[in-house]
Amino acid sequence: MGQTLIDKIWDSHVVYSKPGYPDAFYIDAHFIHEVTSPQAFDGLRKRNIPVFNTKRTHATADHNIPTLNQHLPIKEELSRRQVEMLTKNCKEYGIELYGMGHPFNGIVHIIGPELGITLPGMTIVCGDSHTSTHGAFGTIGFGIGTSQVEQVLATQCILQYKPKKMKIEINGKLKKGVVSKDIILYIISKITASGGTGYFVEYAGETIRNLSMEARMTICNMSIEMGARGGLIAPDEITFDYIKGRKFAPQGDDWDKALAYWKTLHSDPDAVFDKVLQFDAADIEPMITYGTNPGMGMGITKRIPSLGDIDEHDRKSFKKALDYMALEDGIPLLGKPVDYVFFGSCTNARIEDLRMVASFVKGRKKADNVQVWVIPGSKQVEKQAREEGIDTIFEAAGFQLRGPGCSACLGMNEDKIPAGKYCISTSNRNFEGRQGPGARTFLASPLTAAAAAITGKITDVREYL
Amino acid sequence: MQTFQKIISTVVPLSIENIDTDQIIPARFLKATTREGFGKNLFRDWRYENNDENKPRKDFVLNNPLYKGEILVAEKNFGCGSSREHAAWALADYGFRVVVSSFFADIFKNNALNNFILPVTVSDKFLEQIFDEVQKNPKIEVEVDLLEQTIKILSSGQSEQFEINPYKKECLINGYDDIDYLLSLKNKIEEYETINH
Repeated sequence: MGQTLIDKIWDSHVVYSKPGYPDAFYIDAHFIHEVTSPQAFDGLRKRNIPVFNTKRTHATADHNIPTLNQHLPIKEELSRRQVEMLTKNCKEYGIELYGMGHPFNGIVHIIGPELGITLPGMTIVCGDSHTSTHGAFGTIGFGIGTSQVEQVLATQCILQYKPKKMKIEINGKLKKGVVSKDIILYIISKITASGGTGYFVEYAGETIRNLSMEARMTICNMSIEMGARGGLIAPDEITFDYIKGRKFAPQGDDWDKALAYWKTLHSDPDAVFDKVLQFDAADIEPMITYGTNPGMGMGITKRIPSLGDIDEHDRKSFKKALDYMALEDGIPLLGKPVDYVFFGSCTNARIEDLRMVASFVKGRKKADNVQVWVIPGSKQVEKQAREEGIDTIFEAAGFQLRGPGCSACLGMNEDKIPAGKYCISTSNRNFEGRQGPGARTFLASPLTAAAAAITGKITDVREYL
Repeated sequence: MQTFQKIISTVVPLSIENIDTDQIIPARFLKATTREGFGKNLFRDWRYENNDENKPRKDFVLNNPLYKGEILVAEKNFGCGSSREHAAWALADYGFRVVVSSFFADIFKNNALNNFILPVTVSDKFLEQIFDEVQKNPKIEVEVDLLEQTIKILSSGQSEQFEINPYKKECLINGYDDIDYLLSLKNKIEEYETINH
């Protein structure tokens, strides 16, 4: 029987296996940030042990940092203390840190790929659930808790049971105005926010093959939003082209050797998955969420389901979500005014996302009723955007381009959406209070968010293409 | 050293589905650098009106003096979303030692176990029975026996078996954590690194 790509990578990273025990699973790359690491370093201190392999942990500050005035000390005391703690811990334990203001600083899942740290066949973890992003390169990447961060620091391993395997195949041609964010929001709307729990996903099919690396990252990024630990895509020429020449990517002979290995990284034709789902790209239209979990999404021209159409057992939570969003059941969302537009997060803050938005808004202006924030995913994305003149397009449109960080994706730093306000957001979670206490989130693609920025309301971007 | 064998307690019923870790502990309260003190902000935005500690929401179960206990009972898909272990720390700091639901998100389940909180997965039917019983009488007690892997509603006698992997069971009973085990494999890990990298 053939092996899936998940099996191939998984099995080659099992250090030790004992019946009745989880596998000791080796981690090739470990990313840390200020929020989920301090207690892990504390643990090392209490046990009086060093970091096992300092070269395999990479640090950045992203969740807590302001996106304005990054040259100044962080104003908020607790945030500043947490970032300082990261700096202190990295120094003490010998870990390289790309802190605020460093040319390589940025959101952890943006900088790994852009620096060439993320490579096919690797196992990658971070104390952040969107570590699934790295799966776009054919890696096993998933989020872990702080106790496991401590395990990786102490031993470069964690204890894991092998997950079940799911294949999600998407074939066919995407319609005009439909981008990778719509694909993943569509899949999650079909299988629900818990439909992938217990699984690791391989995305396959012609539609996925035709996507750029950055578009693939958007899809893998949101694997966790259907409950899956992670999702990956077999590497191909598009992957290799993306990696070649990046800062930490292999070079010369090392490159040739790596490439030969990477080319073996695909599921065998007779590999067996525990579950297989198939979707037709032609069925997908630009997506928008209306509720308080990413599974509550729909095509932008559709209506929110009527209460009567919801399974009786699910009505209570459906109603709770709509009450929070202050929306009626059975209504369309097209034309609904929004107050904020947020372009950012590890889902959609790469240079291609910014280019996509810029090419749409060029020569247009934002509506008066909206505030528009563009938060590049990293210092390098910001630099590139400025070099390409994207900053002037945004400025002319009335968009505010800020410094990199997690920003309003999670209402932890200074960037928050005020209570009761509606935000159309390119991020990944529309949970209650996610973007700030009482904030109401519509998740959408950068293109759909751009259309809303121009009209000030939820808009079918296809009318403007 | 913390261990876990058997708990008999009244329960706190939280009849909400898809409780994500942003609800358990909102991101703005993740700024501490120790594991303690998160309990006061557990379910913060459901607990207080307008983020004001002086305005507890009367309709939220943690503010209802009728319901107290070490066992939290919630609807399906508990702990989805962010991997923040702060969610488990907040539950533990508040005093919960067991969470009962019909479905747990993967990362949360792991985080809970690593903090000696036992996630007990029960059938939809049994979950409904607990909610029914506690609605009839908030003082009912539930027994969670890790050794026997059973959960029992003491007033009605209804009970069910639950699953836990044998390794984690052993850890909870004996107070071991994963690092102890991994550190014992240090030589094997070094050997793996030498061969593979």
